[in-house]
Amino acid sequence: MPTLTVNGQEVTVEDGATVLQACEAAGAEIPRFCYHERLSIAGNCRMCLVEMEKAPKPIASCAMPAGDGMVIHTDTEYVKKAREGVMEFLLINHPLDCPICDQGGECDLQDQSVAYGTGESRYQENKRAVNDKDIGPLISTTMTRCIHCMRCVRFSTEVAGFQEMGSIWRGEHTEVTTYLEGLLDSEMSGNVIDLCPVGALTSKPYAFTARSWELKKVETVDVMDAVGSNIRLDTRGNEVMRVLPVLNEEINEEWISDKTRFHYDGLKKRRLDRPYVRKSGKLQAVEWGDAFLAMQKALKGVKGDQIAAVVGPMADMESMFALKGLLNSMGSEKIESRLCGAEIDTKVRASYLFNTTIEGIEQADYCLIIGANPRLEATLVNSRLRKAVVENGLAVANVGPELDLTFSVNELGDDPKVLESILSGDHDAAKALKKAKKPMLILGEGALRHKSGKAILAHARDIADTYGLIADGWNGFNVLHSAASQVGALDLGLTVEGNMAALRDDAANIKVFFNLGEDDTDLSAFNKSFKIYIGSHGDAGAASADVVLPGSAYSEKSGTYINMEGRVQRSAKAVFAPGAAREDWSIFRAFSEVIGNALPYNDLNELRKHMADVCPHVMTLDVAPTAEWNKFGRKAKIAGEALSVGGDNYYRSNPIARASKILADCENARNGIIEEATGTNG
Amino acid sequence: MTGAALKSTETFEFTPENNEWAQGQIKKYPEGKQASAVMPLLHRAQEQNNGWLSTAAIEYVADYLDMPKMRVMEVATFYTMYNHKPVGKHVIEICTTTPCWLRGSDDIVAAATDELGVKMGQTTDDGEFTLLEVECAGACVNAPVCAIHKEYYEDLTPDSMRQIIKDLKAGKELKAGPQNGRHRSEPLGGPTTLADFVKAEG
Amino acid sequence: MLQDKDRIFTNLYGFQSFGLKAAKARGDWDGTKALLEKGKDWIISEMKDSGLRGRGGAGFPTGLKWSFMPKENPDGGPSYLVVNADEGEPGTCKDREIMRHDPHKLIEGCLIAGFAMNASAAYIYIRGEFHEEADALEVAIEEAYADGLIGKNACKSGYDLDVYVHRGAGAYICGEETALIESLEGKKGQPRLKPPFPANVGVWGRPTTVNNVESIAVAPTILRRGASWFSGLGRPNNTGTKLFCISGHVNNPCNVEEEMGIPLKELIEKHCGGVRGGWDNLMAVIPGGSSVPVLPKDICDTVLMDFDSLRDVQSGLGTAAVIVMDKSTDIVRAITRLSAFYKHESCGQCTPCREGTGWMWRMMERLCAGNAELEEIDMLLDVSKKIEGHTICALGDAAAWPIQGLMRHFRGEVEQRIADYKSRVAAE
Repeated sequence: MPTLTVNGQEVTVEDGATVLQACEAAGAEIPRFCYHERLSIAGNCRMCLVEMEKAPKPIASCAMPAGDGMVIHTDTEYVKKAREGVMEFLLINHPLDCPICDQGGECDLQDQSVAYGTGESRYQENKRAVNDKDIGPLISTTMTRCIHCMRCVRFSTEVAGFQEMGSIWRGEHTEVTTYLEGLLDSEMSGNVIDLCPVGALTSKPYAFTARSWELKKVETVDVMDAVGSNIRLDTRGNEVMRVLPVLNEEINEEWISDKTRFHYDGLKKRRLDRPYVRKSGKLQAVEWGDAFLAMQKALKGVKGDQIAAVVGPMADMESMFALKGLLNSMGSEKIESRLCGAEIDTKVRASYLFNTTIEGIEQADYCLIIGANPRLEATLVNSRLRKAVVENGLAVANVGPELDLTFSVNELGDDPKVLESILSGDHDAAKALKKAKKPMLILGEGALRHKSGKAILAHARDIADTYGLIADGWNGFNVLHSAASQVGALDLGLTVEGNMAALRDDAANIKVFFNLGEDDTDLSAFNKSFKIYIGSHGDAGAASADVVLPGSAYSEKSGTYINMEGRVQRSAKAVFAPGAAREDWSIFRAFSEVIGNALPYNDLNELRKHMADVCPHVMTLDVAPTAEWNKFGRKAKIAGEALSVGGDNYYRSNPIARASKILADCENARNGIIEEATGTNG
Repeated sequence: MTGAALKSTETFEFTPENNEWAQGQIKKYPEGKQASAVMPLLHRAQEQNNGWLSTAAIEYVADYLDMPKMRVMEVATFYTMYNHKPVGKHVIEICTTTPCWLRGSDDIVAAATDELGVKMGQTTDDGEFTLLEVECAGACVNAPVCAIHKEYYEDLTPDSMRQIIKDLKAGKELKAGPQNGRHRSEPLGGPTTLADFVKAEG
Repeated sequence: MLQDKDRIFTNLYGFQSFGLKAAKARGDWDGTKALLEKGKDWIISEMKDSGLRGRGGAGFPTGLKWSFMPKENPDGGPSYLVVNADEGEPGTCKDREIMRHDPHKLIEGCLIAGFAMNASAAYIYIRGEFHEEADALEVAIEEAYADGLIGKNACKSGYDLDVYVHRGAGAYICGEETALIESLEGKKGQPRLKPPFPANVGVWGRPTTVNNVESIAVAPTILRRGASWFSGLGRPNNTGTKLFCISGHVNNPCNVEEEMGIPLKELIEKHCGGVRGGWDNLMAVIPGGSSVPVLPKDICDTVLMDFDSLRDVQSGLGTAAVIVMDKSTDIVRAITRLSAFYKHESCGQCTPCREGTGWMWRMMERLCAGNAELEEIDMLLDVSKKIEGHTICALGDAAAWPIQGLMRHFRGEVEQRIADYKSRVAAE
């Protein structure tokens, strides 16, 4: 632990810390452009130069290891001059287009120029112009503004695992680009927008739509997958203008996936803004009272066991709890959340959680993936895996279809029977598991929905027990969910004996069928039932419903979500739902009164208190729980049928995503269908 | 030139001889460090591809060495000996850095551009000659110099520059090295040192 | 003047064959095994005692550099010797002659240096334009392998050393040792941040020492003739012999091996037939390759050609490449051309050099024409000071110094030009 003197103040820092970190520890602010905590050190911008006694020249503090006895100055004329020099060099070829630059107001170059620049330019020569690059539908490039810090290149190659980005030519002609200006092909690509310290890389969809200072910023939770990334919705008026990540070391660090960042235009399109009732085969707009009347009519004389419900991937717990309460009040227990048919049950919480925790992945040295594609089903989990691979030498093996996870994977084939030989110790993976100090496994929906899902679950559990995945302070057993609502639904017990299959078998008996925002599962079995769809978007579920009730998207309500780790988080209301749409829980509360069986809460707080009676942990926010390990699963032989994985509709995996033109453009770009391309110029 | 302008559609593959040579190059470096061979392989690919590197050649080398294409493109554009557009059969690279300039490289450039009717950086219409300006060739005591194919032509005068071009046009064999009669980098007229070593060995 | 018997590079001009037989006749590979048998410590201490300072430009003591390498690698992994043959400093053309005319000196030097530093292989990184030189080296390496001088059990010493030639592809910056290492790894030649230094983390992450061709090539002779022989030549701290490259406005530009500390005037008059038009026609000399500041005639009259003497007159020995300019020279243009060179060769990695070299060059172009304000001279100097010492590698310094040298000694020339331009414009 070296002790340094920074501006006359002694400071002791961890071994391996840099002078820059020591300066920060001593409270001295060090300007920087290229340096970024989560990327390798480049040392190229030279903005962080400080004075070190006995050194013949200023040193780049970001790159210099802190040494015992170093005497550092950051507030001398010498340092001021050095910073002014670098600032001036950065600006001589930077265009003065701040008024029309989307980075304006949140630009490191702008800010540091105010703080450390001289305020005037001595540069009389012509400025450099650089051709812009087309690197896809998400990132707008203005390469003349580039200051060559290489953050984007380092992020792409190091964090995102996309190698085809770099800089070509040299000297003042150096240009940052993707290979032949191709697509920045990564589900993490949008993060380079945040990383770019200038306006070289900005958001293409957000371009020229708002200035940063006129936006209201609301921190909330992402629902595009079950990661629970922390995000910020920037709004103007009643419109979400953009989505940015919020730092959470335990979940998403400071990254988000492209789907999270760019789904927001989907919040404004295809919205259900008033109730509908099917009349003469056609959905017709009606008032709330008429819709409730139609439902009341349909429910007349219907017995409790003739009512069923399903909940979709983005439902908040309050809505699910209210729906469950409504069904229970009518005598029904038939409410199901495992739409994909995953063979998990609610008896042992650890059996359906990502117990290692996302941050915990970094400690793992061996990971067996079974029937999951983390890159597409939970991008930020995949980026942690990659981080562990790169920094901790994590070895990853995969049972399932071959995967491109941006790191090398030992493919064990897609036959789940391999788990039997791993368990019996006959397989190479068994040796690797045995040797590993912190082994983990990830069980995906592809494995759990397999026809031997229960047996696979049991095998995974036994592998965990046999090979030290469960140890003191370590639980290497993980289920990877893709729906934001899933863990909350399981915690609320939204399962039907016999799973979706049983519910379908029972379809002929179901007279009234509630659907809370599920649009991706084939529910045609219930076509004969009276279908009530509650949701935000006019998607598949609404199209086939008899009554459509307009609900709120996650951005329009405060809702509780539990991520795959079992971490309870709350979303915040950033904007109001459109038109006559209401928060979903309040719809159920209102209808319960219509049918004369009012649910026992009048506001969210009361509802949450009732929910906590069933599910006490919902009141403990933002903590990854340690769930008790116990027996689960059912021992049986595994059928030798190939495993599948999710994620194939990455950019269209939910109604908001499907309504997003930006994500559709993304998918097209990835498929190589570029709108303006014709047969002659390809 | 932008990255996109580098796109091309033709294919590239090493000849069997070059393939064998390339395998030998890779062996010079420790196992797993085959990326170290990227420069020699690009040199050879350029030679085989008539003096320039097409996208196809760059991608072939990337594939050959199991490197991301972008890493090879970075190398190919960083170093000035790699050409990114077709060049003439004879590439004449004239050094104009200060030591050559002091000895009259401006006149050499004038003679060459006049003789060929193209400017520096251009290729003659018949595709025979490309004139390039290069930075210090590292033969300063024999300035001014130019490089043609793999040889240096030194102690040039405008006349000898013109003569070289004429000889190339005529398909004559050239005599590389100093064009003014001296042997190598000894003082013109004979060395001032090493008298005993001037005579050829036994 | 140095006597022929004390010259190391006896085939500097290539009047004899570069081949093994001729090289042996000149004394190369004589008793190499016996030298190795004296051990690593002896070799390193002899090199230290000889006072040899690196011949690549920076003048760092070679023996000391060798001593930085780990004696043994605790992890059993390899270490490397890398020879910097990326000769490209304008004015410099000495390593070229060693490689094409005396390559066995270099190869024998590789064996001795490699042995002393426990290297498992030596890579000679030669600039790509040097085809003839690379070919000669390859032939000589083949000969040395065939004769058992290198390779397994080199010279029957029990030590194994492979020697490889690696060709560059046109980038002056690869003469910077960490850029060279990056390039050898198959990347862009962009200098690394230091620390870590190559002796700890070099090529492929292994301990590495990078030495100039001349530094390595003189080692066998130094060891054979003894440290005291070498240190007896020249002046203290500036010992031995040195290859000088004298280009520009002399009657007979040439390379020559001379004693360190030879007066500049003597060097030019004895070996180059004097300055074109006589000594009094001299305007200025760049004494150590393009990177070092230019010296006006009055300093050239008396200055000695070694590290300390030239440092004392605010210039440097650099690579001992002497660029002579007579009174006909447009010295502003001469330095502007160097500014263009540094702009062209900047790797583009760090801000002050990437942006500053172009800025300085553009200003120099205007100053050449006189199209500038007088205050801009000081501004240019200020810009040069903001590059110097602020970059990852020394290219920033190298780009700044020629301009600083120009303004230090020829500011009047530049001011006159500005005045002339103004009066010309006023007259129009």
